[in-house]
Amino acid sequence: MGKLRQIAFYGKGGIGKSTTSQNTLAALVEMGQKILIVGCDPKADSTRLILNTKLQDTVLHLAAEAGSVEDLELEDVVKIGYKGIKCTEAGGPEPGVGCAGRGVITAINFLEENGAYDDVDYVSYDVLGDVVCGGFAMPIRENKAQEIYIVMSGEMMALYAANNIAKGILKYANSGGVRLGGLICNERKTDRELELAEALAAKLGCKMIHFVPRDNIVQHAELRRETVIQYAPESKQANEYRELARKIHENSGKGVIPTPITMEELEEMLMDFGIMQSEEDRLAAIAAAEA
Amino acid sequence: MAKDIADSAEANMKLIEEVLAAYPDKAKKKRAKHLGVAETVADAEPGIQSKCDTVKSNIKSVPGVMTIRGCAYAGSKGVVWGPVKDMLHISHGPVGCGHYSWSQRRNYYTGTTGIDSFVTMQVTTDFQENDIVFGGDKKLEKTIDELNTLFPLNKGISIQSECPIGLIGDDIEAVSKKKAKDIGKRVIPVRCEGFRGVSQSLGHHIANDMIRDWVLEAGEGARAGFEAGPYDVNIIGDYNIGGDAWSSRILLEEIGLNVIAQWSGDATIAEMERAPAAKLNLIHCYRSMSYICRHMEEKHGVPWMEYNFFGPSQIAASLRAIAAKFDATIQANAEAVIAKYQPLVDAVNAKYKPRLEGKKVMLYVGGLRPRHVVDAYHDLGMEIVGTGYEFAHNDDYKRTGHYIKEGTLIYDDVSGYELEKFVEAIRPDLVGSGIKEKYNTQKMGIPFRQMHSWDYSGPYHGYDGYAIFARDMDLAINNPVWGMFDAPWKKTA
Repeated sequence: MGKLRQIAFYGKGGIGKSTTSQNTLAALVEMGQKILIVGCDPKADSTRLILNTKLQDTVLHLAAEAGSVEDLELEDVVKIGYKGIKCTEAGGPEPGVGCAGRGVITAINFLEENGAYDDVDYVSYDVLGDVVCGGFAMPIRENKAQEIYIVMSGEMMALYAANNIAKGILKYANSGGVRLGGLICNERKTDRELELAEALAAKLGCKMIHFVPRDNIVQHAELRRETVIQYAPESKQANEYRELARKIHENSGKGVIPTPITMEELEEMLMDFGIMQSEEDRLAAIAAAEA
Repeated sequence: MAKDIADSAEANMKLIEEVLAAYPDKAKKKRAKHLGVAETVADAEPGIQSKCDTVKSNIKSVPGVMTIRGCAYAGSKGVVWGPVKDMLHISHGPVGCGHYSWSQRRNYYTGTTGIDSFVTMQVTTDFQENDIVFGGDKKLEKTIDELNTLFPLNKGISIQSECPIGLIGDDIEAVSKKKAKDIGKRVIPVRCEGFRGVSQSLGHHIANDMIRDWVLEAGEGARAGFEAGPYDVNIIGDYNIGGDAWSSRILLEEIGLNVIAQWSGDATIAEMERAPAAKLNLIHCYRSMSYICRHMEEKHGVPWMEYNFFGPSQIAASLRAIAAKFDATIQANAEAVIAKYQPLVDAVNAKYKPRLEGKKVMLYVGGLRPRHVVDAYHDLGMEIVGTGYEFAHNDDYKRTGHYIKEGTLIYDDVSGYELEKFVEAIRPDLVGSGIKEKYNTQKMGIPFRQMHSWDYSGPYHGYDGYAIFARDMDLAINNPVWGMFDAPWKKTA
């Protein structure tokens, strides 16, 4: 067994982080890797495709029921899923109350202290949409994830979020040693999507690890609470995830310190790609339409 | 005399420069604005001795200087709300804030503790990790229910927010409204999270605002049927430390006034509700309770005036000023009371003045006493050579000029280092400050009295208080221990 490898998936809400990460990890387990998933989203949907269940009981809800997190045993919170993948969900409060960020910190500390990280090759964190506070930056702090994979698409806000996450990584890169593993583009069929993703990767100084094409089979698998790897192992899409898993596996230690860009630079890039109009062009277009 | 002032002003300015020299440039620039010397008043008005508002105040402390200030929670729970005796005050959050602020200010009260009075008790929601993550509103509701069951004679409950409450966004206002209905008593949410503001001063203000919104304005019903008399007054901003409010109240009653509320030392919630019915608000601690007096003036038409019951000169002046707001009977009574206590004053002065005359004093207290106690020292023939406040605002420094002579050293939010250096250089005969300064000063061989807690003595207000004050200052300064300060083996024969 090699050294423990810790990775994390970040990205804009709804971009497909949980789907991408679970499919990729299902492919990694085929390669003989022992894996632990740590879901860091109060919605707790980071493990359902692996466990083939609705939602897993979370660390924090079990802790609240038992009295405190000290009253929990590791067995209570770790469930075994597809091909032996260990699954945990940090959980958190219902929307609008309490502090979900503190919940993530509490849950991760509990898992570490109680040996959840022993005897695995991979720990994968799946973190909610934006790094809204220090709690959700926990996985990128010292001695946690070595590489972050940002799931994105050709949509403006996804690019914007990716750039923001890169800023977060940069902040901790020097103090803690976290690196940006690369971008994973989840195809949305927007204009010149692949080129745009590659251009952003170039700006951030990182790799575009893989371009995952859109395929409805993902949806079919998801409705059955399964990954594509499990639902249709021979499908073309399953092979795409296997390819992504292989690339991530080989990317060990090859992460970079990102070079995030300013909002202006980002908008300029979108204009270069003809996705966004400059103010003058837009006025001209309006004038032309009115004429 | 003029030369003396110029000399001491010059010496003090030089001292400030020396002390500041130890700081890095940035800290030096910031701290320089808080240190100064009482200056000459341009257009001298009667009763004003100097200009003290030349120093900056009520500004964020410089990091690393070990400020003596407290926090907003300390200002609300510790100062304003804590002494209200027939209410339970919940320290809402983790256990430490409540525990370490437990019964610190010696707010005396009558009543049976644990039955109808609760000042010296400590209640906390004792937040755990789960309460932070999932929010503490449910726990708060449960706490209120339990308290009301355990202490059925309580007249209300206040919620004193500790820092995490503001961070996790608990809705304590909603809980308060709901539980007030459930238990049929006042439940008052106070958003006094410690990180708000630069010192405890904002906590006083927030606490005042909550009295306004949740007691006075919500208490119209409580005042119904209450007939105010022509001599009804309130004592505002006396926290009854060591019984101060009691030794003040008797003087007001002796001149014929009727004290209907005493805030908040030995106070009840019913008194607070009725306060707007009074004819006059008499404010002792201007810094912590001027806000509510201004509100009562605007909303209820109750005028207010400051008074000072430290030392016979100020007591007499204040009694006369208060009486002047009423009729000739009250004014005659005031003169009679002043005359009645004159023999006591003479006896105190005869005994202690010879032992204290000419002694130099440095003060460093909260927001009122650095000026209010000055004339009590003067009455004993003592001299104030330096004074400063932890959390005063500009208007307090303005008022300081009524008491302090030109050339006096002034220090705002003084750091541990600065105060030590000032004391070391000036070597006064007495330092009056708090517990954090006490042992440091005494180790320098200088007598010390705590001027927050009266060193577990008091009261110091009123004529009775003056006798105790004089005795205590004598005890500190003329204690034979100071003659034994040098080790015998180091003494030259």
